[in-house]
Amino acid sequence: MTYEKHQFHSAPVLIEDLAPVLRLSLRVKPAHRDTLARVLGLDLPVRVGARSAAAGTEALCLGPDEWLLTAPEGTDLTTPARAVHADAPHSLVDISDREITLRLTGPAVLDLLSACCPRNVAAMPVGAAARTVFDSATVILWRDGIDSFRMDVWRSFAPHVRSLLAQVQGEIAAGL
Amino acid sequence: MLLIHCPYCDDTLPELEFAYAGEAHIARPADPSALTDEEWRDFLFIRTNARGPHYERWRHIGCGRLFNALRDTVSDRFLTTYKAGEARRPLTNEAAE
Ligand SMILES: [Zn+2]
Repeated sequence: MTYEKHQFHSAPVLIEDLAPVLRLSLRVKPAHRDTLARVLGLDLPVRVGARSAAAGTEALCLGPDEWLLTAPEGTDLTTPARAVHADAPHSLVDISDREITLRLTGPAVLDLLSACCPRNVAAMPVGAAARTVFDSATVILWRDGIDSFRMDVWRSFAPHVRSLLAQVQGEIAAGL
Repeated sequence: MLLIHCPYCDDTLPELEFAYAGEAHIARPADPSALTDEEWRDFLFIRTNARGPHYERWRHIGCGRLFNALRDTVSDRFLTTYKAGEARRPLTNEAAE
C-alpha cells in the first residue's frame, strides 16, 4: 500500500494574543524631548513612524510631539520622568489597558492586512510602525519582520477587528 | 481613492486616514463678546463655498495633526498641503505643486 504524506506548511496566517504590556503615552514639546529621552534611557525618534528600543523599552514616534512607550509590566518610567517635570513639562499617561495587542504572522499576512487597511502595508519598512485604520478602527501597526506584525487595537474595537480578521483568515485558508 | 500628502508625516497616504475639518484660515475673534450678532453669525456660519481652489483643514489620524490643504472642489484634486499655522499658500503657486 502506498500513501502520500502531505507536507502541510504552517498556517498562511496566524493570529495570536500577546501578553499585556505597559503602555505610556508621552506628549512633550520638541524643546524638552532630549531631556525626556535622557531620563527614560532611550532615544525618542523625531520622524513619525520611527521606533527605538533600549533595555526592553520601546518608543514609537506617533506625531511631532507624541510618543508611545511600551515596556514589560512593572517597569517604572514615571518616577524618572517626574523628577524632571519642572524643567521639562510633559504628560506621561498610563494607557496600558486601553488596547490589546495581536501578533499577526505568516506568509499571507500582507493579504490579511490589506483586506482592511487602506495604507500600502507592503511598503512599510521592517522596524517601522504606524497609527492607521483597520476597517473603521484606529490601530497601531508594528512591522517586526517581513511577515510579522503586531497590531494594537482599542478594547472596544477588538471584537469587530477580531471578527474581520477571522473572516479574512478563513477566506485565505479557503484559497479565495 | 484620493491620496493626501500629510505635511507632518511627509508621506502621501490614503484618504481614509484623514478627516475633513472645514474651511481653513478662519481666525477666532480676539474679543468674542465685542462682536455684533451679524459678525458672530458670519464667523460661525458664513463660508466661502468656493467653486474651484478651496483652503480647508484636514486631520491626519496617523499623527493626530490638523493641517491646511488647497483642494480644487471641482476636480477634487489636492493642489498643495501645508502645516497648520503657516501662511495661506498663494493660488499662483498651484501649478508648481
Ligand atoms: Zn500625518
